[in-house]
Formats: sequence, C-alpha cells, structure tokens
Amino acid sequence: MIEILSTSALNTIQDFGRPHALHMGVSRGGAMDRLAIAHANILLGNARDAAALEIAFFPFRARFVERTAFSLTGASCAAQLDGRPIPSNWAMTAEAGQVLVVPAPTCGAWAYFGIRGGLDVPVVLGARGTDLKGGFGGVDGRAPEKGRRLKAGCSSVPPPGNGGFGLVRGAVLPEDDHTVLRVLPAAEHEAFTSASRTAFGELAWQVTPRANRTGFRMDGRDALRLSRPLTLMSHGIVPGTVQVPPDGMPIIQMADANTCGGYPKIATVIESDLRLLAQTAIGGSVRFVPVDEAGAIAVLREEARALDCLEADVERLRGGLLD
Amino acid sequence: MKMRFHLAGATALLCDIAHGGFDDAAQRRIWVTARAVERHQHVISAIPGVNNLLVGFDGLHTGPGAIRDVIAEAWEAATDVAVPTREVRIQVAYGGALGEDLADVAAQAGLSVRETIAVHAAGIYRVAAIGAMPGFVYLTGLDGRLCVPRRDTPRVHVPRGAVILGGGHAGVMPCDAPSGWHMVGATESILFDVHRDEPCLLRMGDVVRFDPVA
Repeated sequence: MIEILSTSALNTIQDFGRPHALHMGVSRGGAMDRLAIAHANILLGNARDAAALEIAFFPFRARFVERTAFSLTGASCAAQLDGRPIPSNWAMTAEAGQVLVVPAPTCGAWAYFGIRGGLDVPVVLGARGTDLKGGFGGVDGRAPEKGRRLKAGCSSVPPPGNGGFGLVRGAVLPEDDHTVLRVLPAAEHEAFTSASRTAFGELAWQVTPRANRTGFRMDGRDALRLSRPLTLMSHGIVPGTVQVPPDGMPIIQMADANTCGGYPKIATVIESDLRLLAQTAIGGSVRFVPVDEAGAIAVLREEARALDCLEADVERLRGGLLD
Repeated sequence: MKMRFHLAGATALLCDIAHGGFDDAAQRRIWVTARAVERHQHVISAIPGVNNLLVGFDGLHTGPGAIRDVIAEAWEAATDVAVPTREVRIQVAYGGALGEDLADVAAQAGLSVRETIAVHAAGIYRVAAIGAMPGFVYLTGLDGRLCVPRRDTPRVHVPRGAVILGGGHAGVMPCDAPSGWHMVGATESILFDVHRDEPCLLRMGDVVRFDPVA
C-alpha cells in the first residue's frame, strides 16, 4: 500500500483502456505512453496492462505504507527514494515509511509508477483506468487525491531486491526537435491542396499548450487548407487521427480521443509513434513522415515481439537473481 | 451502393457510404454490417457513424486487406432489415439556463420561440449512431428548419442534461463536456450511467420523442 503525499488532478490511474466499450461512446483511454506502462509492469512481473499511476504533473510524492515493490518508467525524472537517486526505467523494493519523490522530468512528459500486483481498483467496463470525461474507473472516476491510500493487487512473482534492477534502454524519449512521427494518409488526405499536403510533410509542427489526454493542438508556419469546402457526417475516429479544423492547425487525437468526430482528417499517426508525441513537451516540435500500410503493420508486430522478448528476459533475470 | 474504404491508422478501417444527404436505409444496413463484422475473431470494435462504419482490428493477427474483405462481404450480405426498436420519451424543459440558444436558433430558423419548441417537440427522431462521448446519440429526423450551422466558437463546458442540436442532428448531453451545438433545453433523463446493466439509455435504431414540460 502507498499513501499519496502530493499530486495533481492530472495524475490518474491508467492501464490499456477500454477498446471494447467504444460502441458506447467511451474513449479507448489508457496510458498516454503505452510502451512505458508496459515496461513498468513487465519489470514487476505484472500483466502488461496492469493498472499503474500515470504522472503528468510534478513533483509527485508518495510514502510506502508497507514494504512494496515498485517501478518507474516513461519520462526521465531523477526520482529519489528517501533522498537516494533511482535510475530511470527501474524496479526495486521500498521499505515501510520510505518516501518516493518524482520531480519534473528532464526529458519526456509522462512518467509511470507501477506497483507489484498492479493498483487494485475496481474494473469498470472492462478496465481499471480512469475515464475523466465519463467520470468512472480509477478512484471514483478521478485522480487519487493527496492523502489517498492505494492498494496493490496480489502477485506471486518474487519482488526485486532493495537495490533493484532496470532496463539498460527504456522506451525512446523525444530529444531536441528531431522527433519524427510516421503517418498513414487518412480519408480526406487527397481533399487538401497539394501545397498543404507538402507543408504537412515538410514543416516542423509545434506542440501548443492546448495539449491534454484528449488531443494535442499543433502549430505550424502554414495553415492546412482543403481544395474546396467539405461537410462530413460524424464518423468514428481513433487515437492518432490528425484532424484539421477550419483554422487549418491540426489537432491530433490522443488516448482519450472522442470516439466520433466531424473534422476532415489528413493523416493518422501510427500507434507505436503516438507515445513519442505524448512525450514531447509543450513547445517541442515534431515532423510527419509517410509510412505505408505494410510498413505500419510491421512496426506494430516488431514492437510486440520486442515486448515478448523483454518479458522473457526479465523473467530469466529474476530467476537468476534468486539463485 | 458502394463502400469506400480508408485506413484509419494501421489497425482500423473507415468504411464510408455517404453520398449527399443522410440515407436512412443505408444506416440500417450499416448497423447490420456492424453486428456481422464484430463477430469476426480479430475484429475489436465496429462503430457505426452517420452513414459510415469504423472497424478496429487486431493488427498482430490480421491486416487491413483481410478485414476489408470481411467488411465488404458483410455489407453485400446485409439487407435493410427492420431493426427492433423501442420508443423512448424524453421530457424537456425548453429555454432556461441549459437552453440559452433557443432564441438564437429561433431567429436563425425564422420562427418564434414557441414555434421552434413546437417544431422540435413534434419531431420523430431515430438514434443513428452512438459516440463522441459516453452514451451520446446522434439523432436523425431534425426538422430542416432547425438545421442551423454549429456555433462559430464551441462552448468549453456544456452541462449534462442539456438538450442540443447541431450539424443537422438533435442530441442530449450525457456528461459535462465541450460542444459546438446549440443548447435549447434541459432534461433530467440520464443518457449514460456506468452502474446500470446497460449504461447507455438509448440503443441504435431507437425512436426518440421529446415531450415539453413546464
């Protein structure tokens, strides 16, 4: 069990969300950085999609009420346990009374605090993650507040030692302004002027302060324009959809994407790269490069294979540490 | 009627049959197609939009090409069958704080406020699609005179229970959320409650009537 000492209304319990509740209008939801939360869980021997705390607002502080195995992944934060530094992408065991401090990241934006056994909150519509818009999941549909105690689920996996272990290379974080996001053309791609299609692919697009779990509003030198006005009927959209509202500045749907929308769509950021956009801080820039259907599927499968390997490696390592 | 397929990322296809205005028969065929497609082992979701369908699938075990064939086959086989429907009546207090656009809508429609209420309440609406927010329904059947453009600037906060119209559709806010639609009244009906056996009040195809209350 842990007790939260300082937090914000943006730090919510997340998992992989609710892909099977979309037909009710419920957002897929889940972690903004799905690879980082998977790493947090794999390090502890949890199911990849176990519930963890997503930290978006810093500093975050928590006290361990009892001996607890935990992990920290995602944004690089120079976290400390009772004042002693914890490496990034690390799993270890804290003793009762120890205090974890996660300061503002030096790189990235979203950090994940995993607990062995996963955070034990009720499953609602198939998941434990928080749906802020719907007001359900997590702790009563909102971020757990200061003073709240969070329980861990059961686990038969041996905990890491007090020193712990970690990943040599965690999930890549955006550095400088060279983040490249692979995109597939979306339904209205051809309806944009050729100048706009070129600008979309060539310009640097900046993350504006209007960026949250639902969508990131981007800013670029040139507004994107349709060849002629277009009225679309409401249609399903997915996280990664790049919508272009009438002002010509793209909005990219994120984890809490609305399930339906009506703006023209120029492209879709592939699932594996959406986490890179999420981890780009406000003011940071990204570029879009095209990928084809086969290439996008190959990336997805390679990522799944890499996670399978990591899971097997961590399991072997854990066995080795116990021998 | 030919279906147009567009990738929506590597693991979803947007299937569009829209051709001009809203087609009621095509919408019923989309519901039937959605139900058939979602039984496929690698399909994760089949979400009817308004004269379109978004199908999400497991990209680790199948690809867009195979799923495109599954959808096309289901679409060809789908007939315009009668979908079982219920009639749901929703009581509306027109005007007031949650209906602050009523006079504006009336002015744009060239009607008096009383006529606007009468026209809205006389409508026989159908749930065409569910989405955008938990339990939100896109209702077709809005009288042409009330098909006014969306607000230029969307409101950041439209409260739950607001009865709204926009984009040629009627709707009711299931939760507090931003919206660019016009607010014309308030209802106490709860469109979405995660603790109900069936969280959504309305199902696809349901007939909805609005009853004015004081």
